[in-house]
Amino acid sequence: MSAPVAPPARLGRLLVAAPYLWLLLFFLAPFAMVLRMALSDADTALPPYAPHFEGLARLGEFFARLDLENFRLLAEDSLYGQSYLYSLRVAALTTLIALAIGYPLAYAMAAAPRHWRPVLLVLVVLPFWTSFLIRVYAWIGILRPDGLLDMMLGSLGLTSEPLRLLNTEAAVLIGMVYSYLPFMVLPLYATLEKLDRSLLEAAADLGATPATAFLTVTLPLSLPGLFAGAALVFIPSVGEFVIPDLLGGPDTTLIGNLLWTTFASRDWPLASAVAIVLLVVLVLPLALLQQARLARGGP
Amino acid sequence: MRKASPGSLRRAFQPWDDTNAKPIIEFRGVTKRFGAVTAVCDVSLSLYPREFFALLGPSGCGKTTLMRMLAGFETPDEGQILLDGVDITAVPPHLRPVNMMFQSYALFPHLSVADNIAYGLKREGLPRAEIARRVEEMLALVKLDGLGRRKPDQLSGGQRQRVALARALAKRPKLLLLDEPMAALDRKLREATQFELMDLQSKLGTTFMVVTHDQDEAMTMSDRMAVMDQGRLVQIGPPDVIYEAPANRYVAEFVGDINILEGRVASIEGDLVKVETGITGTVELDEERPTLAIGAPVLIGLRPEKIELSHDEPAGDLNKVAGEIWDIGYLGDVTMVQVMVGGDQGQLLKVALTNRTRRAARPFAWEDQVWLSWDVEAGLVLPP
Ligand SMILES: Nc1ncnc2c1ncn2[C@@H]1O[C@H](COP(=O)(O)OP(=O)(O)OP(=O)(O)O)[C@@H](O)[C@H]1O
Ligand SMILES: [Mg+2]
Repeated sequence: MSAPVAPPARLGRLLVAAPYLWLLLFFLAPFAMVLRMALSDADTALPPYAPHFEGLARLGEFFARLDLENFRLLAEDSLYGQSYLYSLRVAALTTLIALAIGYPLAYAMAAAPRHWRPVLLVLVVLPFWTSFLIRVYAWIGILRPDGLLDMMLGSLGLTSEPLRLLNTEAAVLIGMVYSYLPFMVLPLYATLEKLDRSLLEAAADLGATPATAFLTVTLPLSLPGLFAGAALVFIPSVGEFVIPDLLGGPDTTLIGNLLWTTFASRDWPLASAVAIVLLVVLVLPLALLQQARLARGGP
Repeated sequence: MRKASPGSLRRAFQPWDDTNAKPIIEFRGVTKRFGAVTAVCDVSLSLYPREFFALLGPSGCGKTTLMRMLAGFETPDEGQILLDGVDITAVPPHLRPVNMMFQSYALFPHLSVADNIAYGLKREGLPRAEIARRVEEMLALVKLDGLGRRKPDQLSGGQRQRVALARALAKRPKLLLLDEPMAALDRKLREATQFELMDLQSKLGTTFMVVTHDQDEAMTMSDRMAVMDQGRLVQIGPPDVIYEAPANRYVAEFVGDINILEGRVASIEGDLVKVETGITGTVELDEERPTLAIGAPVLIGLRPEKIELSHDEPAGDLNKVAGEIWDIGYLGDVTMVQVMVGGDQGQLLKVALTNRTRRAARPFAWEDQVWLSWDVEAGLVLPP
């Protein structure tokens, strides 16, 4: 019998290869291009960098003209270093606040009666149905002096003067947490909803108070969702530039803003170098996170 | 051993007949509904200290619900549950001195086997050394020594069940609820665990309430058992009473095998009741049923092992009927023979033959014409 075993096997290999091809095409190739640009020099030509690739024959000459000049500049100018650190700080704060708000929210959703859950889920993703920009602009209206927030607090007699939140770090954090909260809530909800109720009953049966049962059963079992949510909030937060641009002030310059202004002033090579360092800065905490997860024996 | 052999109907341990005995658990008219379903209906029941109580019944009859109310996970819609005479209906689960082994095991997947077993002990705040000692003891008890560091998903189904058992036992509760504790164990291990449980009970004085589908298990282990049907307790009693004197047709058919004959009371002379059945003629039974009226419809229950099978008509003053063998089922220890009595349109009766010899030629074959006979004490009268 000549069983046609080969085609399925080949198909299987192709399927396994698909994500790698995707990665090669849409991540590694652009990354190589950005890296090449970061090693180039700014030029007033079009495209605005040099050297240009002029055929295999002059490959040696091409490589010889690449250098680390842009990275040296990043290292020497403290503006960039401070900005990276500040971005990490804002991203970390955003993640923590989103966690503090998102966990109870996801918990309440998972504990809600079954037929309510889809409705709550829709409510969480509802903001996505309007443009991100419009929603951030709306926050300007809320946070500006004598804006909606001041009016409400004033009419309740809680404040007598405007809070002057707009153009501060607080405003940036409010905007970031608001924008990224769903990315924290959704993975947390997914793990909490799957949690086997009988485990909590078993804990109670063995003498655990509800609080102890939460700390010893619910929390450890929701860590995968917590890590996923934290990564989904942290990564885009570090590179965010629209929210600090609109809600922040002169001293809330995130690395994303710096990258954008550098790029806009047509220094593509320096902007590329900023982007590469940003990537490294992002990969490091993620690698640590992954390490922590592996140490726990989790997935 | 304190267990009396079945049939004697007399035991050393029967607090339920002692009016001075104080029950540890008392259900008083407990009812639980889930929407339109009445899972438990007007259950009144007393469990006594050191009692081994088995709950038997078909799937969905409310066994788990009854236990969950005792553990505190469901609140009764009506009635009360008392522990040592105190109403515990409003006491939350973590404050009840009751432990439950869950039907689904409910092992903590993120904790090792040892930590699962230690979970309840840690909540009590026992010293570390004591916890470690008890965990070892429990692991040894359920024959899982050396597997303490595994995670539940690295165990077989039977091993998981044993961890769940060990975890529930570790706290040495006053009352231990076991929801099908041995369903996934092989027969050898099941017998060993049954023995261990009984041993443990006499050592610790724990009261057990066990749900099981396995009648043999219920019979061997329990002091009393209850048969449940659609949320109601149909009969409560020691295993031999349930088997030999079932309260009605449901219990008789649920526990063990039984032949049911329909008939009418023909005469009553003292203890001797004569019942006229269309198929087997007059059947004589030795039964005290002063309430039976002449001409009243009754059912006769006849256990297969209480019927004799022979080729020749048996002599003597026995109930007897002729028939033809329709089927022979070999079950190892016994052979179940199905005999058609009362002609081809009659009724099939089951007869159990004990296989006493290994190789003797089988004395009966298909289509043999045979006689069934039984003693006046073999049959029992059931309400229709
Ligand atoms: N949480 C619940 N919501 C609705 N109905 C329920 C719930 N729990 C149990 N029931 C219903 O109550 C009845 C009794 O269920 P229970 O689990 O007590 O049965 P059981 O005797 O333990 O069955 P099994 O032998 O299959 O475990 C069933 O009809 C079941 O569908
Ligand atoms: Mg059940």
